[in-house]
Amino acid sequence: MGHFLPSNHSSKANTLTMSAVQETAFQEKIDAELKIEAKDWMPDKYRLHLIRQISQHAHSEVIGMQPEGNWITRAPSLRAKMVLIAKVQDEAGHGLYLYSATETLGITRSELIKQLQTGKAKYSSIFNYPTLTWADMGAIGWLVDGAAIVNQQSLRRTSYGPYSRAMVRICKEESFHQRQGYEIMSKMSNGTIEQQEMAQDALNRWWWPSLMMFGPTDSESAHTSNAMKWKIKRGTNDDLRQLFIDRTVKQAELIGLEIPDPDLKWNPKTKHYDFGEIDWEEFWEVVNGNGFCNKERINNHIKARSEGQWVREAALAYSEKKQNGV
Amino acid sequence: MSNNNLPTWEVFIQPKTGASFEHAGNVHASDKEMALQNARELYTRRQEGTCIWVVKTEDIVSSNPEDQQSFFDPADDKLYRYPTFFKVSKKAKGL
Ligand SMILES: [Fe+2]
Ligand SMILES: [Fe+2]
Repeated sequence: MGHFLPSNHSSKANTLTMSAVQETAFQEKIDAELKIEAKDWMPDKYRLHLIRQISQHAHSEVIGMQPEGNWITRAPSLRAKMVLIAKVQDEAGHGLYLYSATETLGITRSELIKQLQTGKAKYSSIFNYPTLTWADMGAIGWLVDGAAIVNQQSLRRTSYGPYSRAMVRICKEESFHQRQGYEIMSKMSNGTIEQQEMAQDALNRWWWPSLMMFGPTDSESAHTSNAMKWKIKRGTNDDLRQLFIDRTVKQAELIGLEIPDPDLKWNPKTKHYDFGEIDWEEFWEVVNGNGFCNKERINNHIKARSEGQWVREAALAYSEKKQNGV
Repeated sequence: MSNNNLPTWEVFIQPKTGASFEHAGNVHASDKEMALQNARELYTRRQEGTCIWVVKTEDIVSSNPEDQQSFFDPADDKLYRYPTFFKVSKKAKGL
């Protein structure tokens, strides 16, 4: 865009004009629904917002492997085990797509991992809840992936090209995740009394944390305003949460499970379900590190990363040796 | 923590025989064999491709988006490169 400018770039006034012109052109592009690409000019705050949001998303995919990984060795059948392994492997892939997208913004993978391990970067709090029974595999696929899908479908239209493309790829893979979870839930809720109780218990424990996945209500959310203006986010937390609830209530009815919210009621005026108060105190407790599994999740990550250190070193040494023709 | 980042490789996938290769994303790998295998595991778990290219990110040469206008302007004034530039009698068929 430099060619719109006077030729003398050295004065401070011109530098200011330049960034103002660039910022205007940037916003016009966004308003026209054009994607921003890695090498395009972007405001620093846009870049930082993206790094924070996409890396948090990547960390969530990676940490999210742990609660389900916990049940791979105890899956009730070979079919269930194969499906769960494939699902968890997909989540690793999602993490990698998203790390790739974040790295296009000029930050390295090891820096991102350092931010995760030191607690500077967050991941979705839902993964700090423990998985107590096999029914939790059903509840996670159905509810947690279900909530993630609502969010991710909306993010396919995000303004940053690499993020948007990662979302398209991820959404294609997610619907299998939700279906396999719902299948587990419907099998169990049509099974023995004990299985029915396990399914209901899992729904009871995962329902509210799933609603919290969409983040604080819009009036409380620190990040919404610029994110909407820059079209990083395409739906507000509350709107997306409502969409998820509206979709899920009927799915629960269909398999005879009861959503643990006495205030949940169809509202014919708004054509949405009204629902009860979310326990935001619990939400902030878990965000701030006091959930059931926060320490365990990060410790496992640190352990896996440091135990793999020698493999990366050996691989690099081997490629150097080959390049030098030794 | 050590900073030994494995280098990144850009991944291009041919979705089916005869089609153009398309950029899919990137992978980290220490050498080309590992890059190919990582690309297969990451981008073709559901038969998304018939062939994969990987190339080191640092070896890719890109034009600069900021120079988009001047870089591509040689093509701006050459409408005669399009078939619609030419007026031909409607009676002439098969053109
Ligand atoms: Fe995922
Ligand atoms: Fe998933």
